[in-house]
This record gives sequence, C-alpha cells and structure tokens, in this order.
Amino acid sequence: MTPATPVSPSAPVSHPTARGHFAGYLRFLWRVIVDATDGSGWFYAWMTLLTAVALVGLNAWSTQVRDGMIVTAMTDHVSWGLYIANFTFMVGLAAGGVMMVIPAYLYHDEEMHDVVIVGEMLAIAAIAMCIAFVVVDLGRPDRFWHIIPGLGEFNWPVSMLTWDVIVLNGYLALNLHICGYLLYMRFLGRRPEPRWYVPFVFLSIIWAVSIHTVTAFLYCGLGGRPFWNTALLAPRFLASAFVSGPAFIIVALHVLRRFGRVHIGDRPVAILANIMRVTILINLLMVASEVFTEFYSGSSHTAAARYLYFGLHGADGLVPWIWTSVIFGVVAAVLLLRPGVAKHPAQLTVACVLAFVAVWIEKGMGLIIPGFIPSTLHEVVEYAPSVIEWQISAGIWAFGLLVYTVALKIGLPILAGPRGLEATGTPWKKAG
Amino acid sequence: MPPSTDDPAPAEGAPSPEGGMTRRTALKVAGATLGAAAFAKAIAPIVSWTADQSVDEFLQKHYRKLSSDELERIMARLEAETKRDYGADVEISDARPQEGVKFGYALNLSICIGCRKCAQACHVENNHDRPSGNSYIRVLEMQKGTNDLEQGNVNYTHPVPHPDKYYMPVQCQQCDRPPCVNVCPVDATWKEDDGVVVIDYNWCIGCRYCEAACPYHARRFNWTKPQIPAEEINPVQAYLSNRIRPQGVMEKCTFCLHRTRNGKLPACLEACPTGARVFGNLLDPNSEIRRVLANKRVFVLKEELGTRPSFFYFFDE
Ligand code: SF4
Ligand code: SF4
Repeated sequence: MTPATPVSPSAPVSHPTARGHFAGYLRFLWRVIVDATDGSGWFYAWMTLLTAVALVGLNAWSTQVRDGMIVTAMTDHVSWGLYIANFTFMVGLAAGGVMMVIPAYLYHDEEMHDVVIVGEMLAIAAIAMCIAFVVVDLGRPDRFWHIIPGLGEFNWPVSMLTWDVIVLNGYLALNLHICGYLLYMRFLGRRPEPRWYVPFVFLSIIWAVSIHTVTAFLYCGLGGRPFWNTALLAPRFLASAFVSGPAFIIVALHVLRRFGRVHIGDRPVAILANIMRVTILINLLMVASEVFTEFYSGSSHTAAARYLYFGLHGADGLVPWIWTSVIFGVVAAVLLLRPGVAKHPAQLTVACVLAFVAVWIEKGMGLIIPGFIPSTLHEVVEYAPSVIEWQISAGIWAFGLLVYTVALKIGLPILAGPRGLEATGTPWKKAG
Repeated sequence: MPPSTDDPAPAEGAPSPEGGMTRRTALKVAGATLGAAAFAKAIAPIVSWTADQSVDEFLQKHYRKLSSDELERIMARLEAETKRDYGADVEISDARPQEGVKFGYALNLSICIGCRKCAQACHVENNHDRPSGNSYIRVLEMQKGTNDLEQGNVNYTHPVPHPDKYYMPVQCQQCDRPPCVNVCPVDATWKEDDGVVVIDYNWCIGCRYCEAACPYHARRFNWTKPQIPAEEINPVQAYLSNRIRPQGVMEKCTFCLHRTRNGKLPACLEACPTGARVFGNLLDPNSEIRRVLANKRVFVLKEELGTRPSFFYFFDE
C-alpha cells in the first residue's frame, strides 16, 4: 500500500518570527487548509464517504426539526434513546484519550509523547460529537441560546446538566489549546515552552475524570429511576471509558502506521494494551457486582435489570444487545490477557474492536433504555430506534470521523515535518 | 493507489503565482461546489420550518423577566397565531397565584371506580393533541391487597369497577421538592407561590431531562405540533397552562390554574361522577382538603423519594 499522506514540500516550515505572529499565523492556517484537503485517492474516497453519510444525517435531522421528534421512536415512556445513549458513550471516549496523556506526561514515556496528540485530538472530535448528539436530542434547537450563560437562564449550580455543559466545553477548550499550541510552535520550528501547555495537560487529566463523573451524576442523581440510582455508576463509567478510549486509539495507531507516513514505535501500543488488560477486568468486575446486587436481593427494584438481561412480561428488545456486549467483553478480555498480545496486531485489533462495541452497547443503549423500562408507573413500553434516529446518529459519527481525520491530517505532517517524526525527533519531548 | 494520479504538479493545490489554477485546485473547487449544493439540499426542511417561526418568538425572554407590557404583546401574538394556525378565536390571560393560597388535592381510593372521566375531561380542558389522546392523568388499575405499582395496569378495557381491583389516578403531584424543577438546565420550569409547578412553553428547549427526573410520569412532551379541530378548542386559556403548546416542548398538569386561580375547581374534579376528588386551599384551616388531611388515613405516592407531594390519597373505610 502506498502511503496516503504526501507532505507538501512547498509549505513553509519555519522563520516567520520577524514578521510577527499574525502573518505567521495566517501562513500556518493556509498550510493547515492545504494539508487538510490534499491526499491520495484513498483519502478522497474516505472523505467523500464520510461527507455523504454526514449529509444524510443532516438531512434527517433537518426533517426531525421540521416535523417534530415524532419521527423518532421515543415516547413519553422512553423519552431518551439512541442520541443520549451515544452521547453518554462519547463522553467516555473523550475521557479515554487521557490514557495516553498520563504515561506520556506523568511517566515521561518518550515514544508515547510523540503520539500523544492522537489521543488529544480524539478528545476534541469526541466532544464535538457529544455536543452534536445533545443538539439533535433537543426538541427546540432554535432555543439553544437559552442555555448559554449570560444570554439565557443558566440554572447553575442546581441542574447537573449545566455542570455538564461547563465541564464538556472546558475539556474541549483545554484540548484545543494544547493541540493548537503544540502544532503552532512546531510549525514555527520553535521549542514549545512548558509553562504554556504542561499545566493545561495536568489540568486536562483531572478534567477528563470530571467530565465522566458529572455525566454519570446526570443519571444517578435521579431518585425516581432505580436502575440509574446507584453509587457505582460514576466508577463504572470511568472504568468503561478507560476501555473504549485506549481501544479506539490502538486501532487508530494501527491505521496511521499503514496509511499515514509516520513512524510510530511499538511502545505506545504495548502500554495501551497493558492499560486495557487492567481496565477491562475492572469493568467486568463492576458489571458482575451490579448484576449480583440486582438479582440476589430479588426486590422489585430489579425490574429494569431483569428487562435488560432476560426480558420482562414478554418484552425483551434489549436482551440480544446486552448479551452481545457481555460476550464481546469477555472474549476481548481473554484475547487481551494472552501473553504478548501487543505483538500480534491482528489479534489486538480484534480485541479492541470487540471491547469497543461491548462498551458502546453497555454504556449506550444498555444504560439509557432500562432507566425507562419499566416506566415510573411500571408500564412496560419498548423502544427500538427509528430509521431517522439511525441516520442522524450515523451522520454524527461520520462528522466526528471527519473532524478526527482532518485533525490528524493537519497535525501529524506538521509534527513530523517533511522527513517524518523519527527523523526530526520531537523538540519538545524533553520538555514535559 | 498512487498518491496523485491526477496531478503531477508540485503546487499542491495552492493557487499558482500567476493566479491560474492547477487541476487539483479545480477539482477541489468542483468538489466544494458540489458539497455546498448537497448541503443546501440537506437542510432544506429546516429552512422551510424557520420560515414559519417568528423573530419575536425567537428573541422572547424568560416569562419571569417580562414586563407586563411585553407579556400583553406576547399573549396577543399567541392569540393571533392560534387564529392563523388553528382558525379559532381564543383568549389567553396571565392568571397569577392568589395571596394566602396553596393548593392541595386529595383522592378517595375507596370510591374511585376507574371510569377515566377525569382523564377525558383533562384532554378536553387542556387542549391536548387529539390523535394521541393525550391527558395529564393516567388511571392505574391496582390489585386489591397490594399497593405495588408493578402489579398495576393502565391499559384495562373491561367494564369497571372490577371486584378484585381498586383504581388509582395519577397526575402531577405538584411536589414541594420537585426533582423536575431542579434538573432543568434553563429554568424553564419552576414552582409558583400557590404550589403549582409550571413551564414556560416558550422558554423550554425540549431536552426532556425533567421527564426523566419526574418519579410520577407526570410530564408529557410535544412530539409534534398538536392537532385540534377549531370547534373543539377550549378558548379560555392561560399563558402558563392550557394554551396550545408549541412543538418540541414539555407540558404538564397545572391544577387547571386558569380555573383554580379564578375561584373555580379543576376540570378533572368536576368531571368525576363519584366525588372521589377533593381540592382546596391547604392554608385555610376550614377547607375540605384540610378536613380530609386531619380525619382520614392519608398517604402520598413514593414518599421515600422525599419529593413531598401536594397530592394525597386516602381510603374511606
Ligand atoms: S409530580 Fe413530577 S412533574 Fe409534578 S412536580 Fe413532582 S416531579 Fe414535577
Ligand atoms: S424539557 Fe424543558 S422544562 Fe424540561 S428540563 Fe428540558 S428545558 Fe427544562
């Protein structure tokens, strides 16, 4: 396979200091645009595909706004569905990116340092998707400004949703700043100054935990929904985030190795695989302890868990989903625990994909839907997403992948310079 | 695949110094044009929808920030819109809480027969969407000998009352510690001085967090624009209660505040053929509701959640 990312030899790499930052910054932006839109046939095919899917989603959402949420399968009984399920999962993915940042900055792992931006950019794309999933879930997106502090009425600190708005946007800003600063310095050929980004990196580590904790509080703070009303929810969220995040990044690194003209060492993948070995077990343990508590006591509060795992009064729409998740999770754990798995890319990729899908189900539909079934008056009304909901969700995934592809496309060549990461070395990597 | 089959030039998409275009740039421009056209087509439904939305509505402030003049103008606009969209002449007013009044509601489970007349009256009084048959009241058929909601059923169709059952209508409990109000990110729902929890339908963003938070299934979402024939529209309306709700916002029982704040009784109470419903001022020691609370064995639903309902249930015998 021919590498897909020719680096523009004509683009400027350094020296704009004399003319000041403004001119330099404009040239930087131009370089970014050129890099983002140039590539091989494969690249164009990939981008065209993503754009097409995103446009189908946009059209579906547009129809939903015009005709009302009646075009979804949601009801007054199951009033959140696929959108909020995906939102919850994406928050985890955003937080999971931090699993590269910790070894890179806390333990000064040099090879990880070289590629840590892959995780930070994942956080950016994932948060962009989170925001999109919330917007498409709104009945009145035209009133979005009501939630902007200062303009609208921001019910802070009482409403957990306002906390979520703050932490998610804060996390986005942090990661944009870190990536933007490093790229710009690199473009200028200057050494990034640690005081302009290292404190933000440490802040982002704490912040990553907060976004997922606050998102868990959205649900577990609701006393009327026993399925969510458990103290284990926030820890479970974190454990699963630290499975899905590294899983995605491992696959992304494998893809970059094949298609991007960047050298990536073996250590980052090995470290991430080791992290997953632990987190996937913790995650399974927490699922097991929840399931035990729910079923052993046998109280009537377990109706939602019974619905999820075995069906309730003949309604069993989620049963195939959750067992798929359980099986995928266990298989992924077994694969990951085999010695030397990091040296077998194919096996590792399979394990990562399985783990990723397992968490997507468990932290998505498997978490949101049983909160509503049975309803608060113990009615059992089932939910299966409508075509429009699938279209919109696929559209947002395509949009997120577009953002991620473009971000990597811009980021990696600038980081690597014309000669590739390995040849240039990374001037700032000693700094952290 | 070779990286650039179409372009041997090194210019890489940048306009050449002469201002001419390379083939690659031309392709990019063509692609962008095509993309823009597809984008315009994709958002066409939303564009047609925004044409129906008024700028005044878009810029409207929160109910509690409105001056009385502004509110008057808004209510006049809403009346005109109802005329335009539904062909009905209605009068929208702003009924305010009365001094020294806090509403309470009690329901006698011993005599309720589960006929659902209250739910029907609510449907008519509150201008609910006709096709969905919506109502703020759900009547649960409960098994005698237990108050376990899990054994209840709302979809009964046999003649009532069934000898082995008793019936429990559930509507908004107008909680004193309402979880629905706490979770709203934009303060679109709040508790008024007379205890009624209301929604500003023109401020709600439709996130449905309150619907997830309510432990009594009391909230309803407008999944689409409500449909009601002009002749069936109840023209006596209030801004915070039964005016026809817009698409995409939350709605709920308001104890018929357009009636009760003007000295009348709720529609569901008037419709009840058995007299199972007792409504009144909790602050008035001589009211009937106070007599019930003092003399009957009263309970509230899901007391363990700490929501402190203003809606009470009691048995006679
Ligand atoms: S019953 Fe539900 S909607 Fe009514 S006040 Fe209580 S929590 Fe809010
Ligand atoms: S649906 Fe409306 S009232 Fe309910 S929480 Fe959201 S904005 Fe508030």
